[in-house]
Amino acid sequence: MATQQVITEEIRRIETDAAARVQGGQSPEVHPRRDYPPYRSSALRHPTQNLVKVDPEEVERYSPAFGHWDVSPLESDLTIAHRGEPLGERITVTGRVVDGDGRPVRGQLIELWQANSAGRYVHKRDQHPAPLDPNFTGVGRVITGEDGSYRFRTIKPGPYPWKNHTNAWRPAHVHFSLFGSQFTQRLVTQMYFPGDPLFALDPIYQSIVDPAARARLIGTYDHDTSVPDVSLGYRWDIVLTGPRSTWLEPEHADG
Amino acid sequence: MGDRVQTPSQTVGPFFHFGLEYDGSAQVVPGHYPGAIRLHGTVFDGGQAPVPDALLEIWQTDAAGLVSRERGSLLRNEFAFTGFGRAATNLGGEYAFTTVRPGTGFVTVAVFARGLSHHLFTRAYFDDGTGGGASDSLLASLPPSRRSTLLAMPDGDRSFRFDVRLQGDGETVFLEYS
Ligand SMILES: [Fe+3]
Repeated sequence: MATQQVITEEIRRIETDAAARVQGGQSPEVHPRRDYPPYRSSALRHPTQNLVKVDPEEVERYSPAFGHWDVSPLESDLTIAHRGEPLGERITVTGRVVDGDGRPVRGQLIELWQANSAGRYVHKRDQHPAPLDPNFTGVGRVITGEDGSYRFRTIKPGPYPWKNHTNAWRPAHVHFSLFGSQFTQRLVTQMYFPGDPLFALDPIYQSIVDPAARARLIGTYDHDTSVPDVSLGYRWDIVLTGPRSTWLEPEHADG
Repeated sequence: MGDRVQTPSQTVGPFFHFGLEYDGSAQVVPGHYPGAIRLHGTVFDGGQAPVPDALLEIWQTDAAGLVSRERGSLLRNEFAFTGFGRAATNLGGEYAFTTVRPGTGFVTVAVFARGLSHHLFTRAYFDDGTGGGASDSLLASLPPSRRSTLLAMPDGDRSFRFDVRLQGDGETVFLEYS
C-alpha cells in the first residue's frame, strides 16, 4: 500500500499540471477527474473512450417528480430519528439549490447520508472500529422549497479511515444527492466543513483538481444560522447547471 | 446567462445503500403491471470484475412515450407510473429493475459507484433502429461495435439484459449532454 507521502506527491504533480493548463488558456475543470490515480479505486472504474456528445431527448429535459408528500418533514431532522439524543456536535446545514441562471430548483428531492460523530457509518460493510451510536442513523431527506432552499438538522460527522493508502483518512463530510429540473442535472456530491486539516491529503477531495472548484464543496460557518444554546450553523449553496456543466464560458453554450 | 458555476460531483462512495435505497426503488412498476418487463445486467470494471458497489438509476417515459409528471417517485404505489427507478448492484455486480418498455425506445441510465468520481450517463435501447422501429440518431452515429453496448437484449420471457462495462473491452458508450 502506498504511503501518504507518495499519494500527496501524486496529488501535487497533478495539481501543478492542471494549473499549468489553466495558465495556458484552458478552462478550469469544474468536476473531479474520473481518471485520478491517487484515488486508487478509480483505476479500473473510469471510461477510457471519450464521452459521446448528445442533445438531451425530451424526457431527459425533465426530472423525476417528487412531492412534499413523498417525504415527511421529520426526515430533515437526523437528531430525532431515535428515542435518545445522538452524541456529537449539533449542527444545522442550510442553503439554496439553484440552476446556472440562479433560478431556484423548487420541489426537488435532496437525500443526505453521513457517518456519526465518531466517524462510523451504520452500513454493514463499514469496518471502522469506532462506536455506533444507537441514537443516530445518519439518513435524511428534504424537498426543496419554492425558493430552492433546504435545511437539515444533524450532528457533525467525524473523519474516518479508509483503505486507499496507509494512514488514509477522509475529511469530515456529508454525502448529498440532488435532482435538478432536468435529469441531466443529476448530482451526487459531498459537503465538507471549513478548515479541515485533511483536505490536502485526501485524494477524493483533491480529485477536483481546480482549487476554486473544490472550495465550492466547503460549507460556510454562518453565525446567524446557529441556534443559541443549541447548535452551530453552516450554509452551503448548490448550483446545478446540467448539460453545460463542463464549460465555464457562456459563449460555448448553445441556447 | 449561466453565471453560476456548477457544484462539483464527488463519488457516491461505498456506503450509500442505507442513504439511497428505499422500498420498491427498483420497481418502476410492480411485476404484475400490464407489459411489465425485467431490465437487468451486471456492471463490470476494467479488469472484467463485477462491481459490487454500484448504483444505477433509470428514467424513462411510459409505454406510450409520455413523460410522467406523476408525484410519488419515492413513495411507491401500485398504480402511478413515475418513470424513475434506482437499484444497487449485489455482491455479484448484478442489478435488476421491473419496468415497462418505454415508448421512446430507450431508458436513460445514470451509473454511480465507489471509485467513480462523477456519475456516468448512458442509454439502454430496446431496438437497434434497423428493425422497423424509430431509428435513433445517437445509435446511427456509432460504429456497430460501440452501438451494440447500448442495446438491451432480450434474454428470456419479458426480460432484457443490459450490462455496463465501465472500462476496456466492450466499454459502454457513455454520454455527455450538450
Ligand atoms: Fe463517506
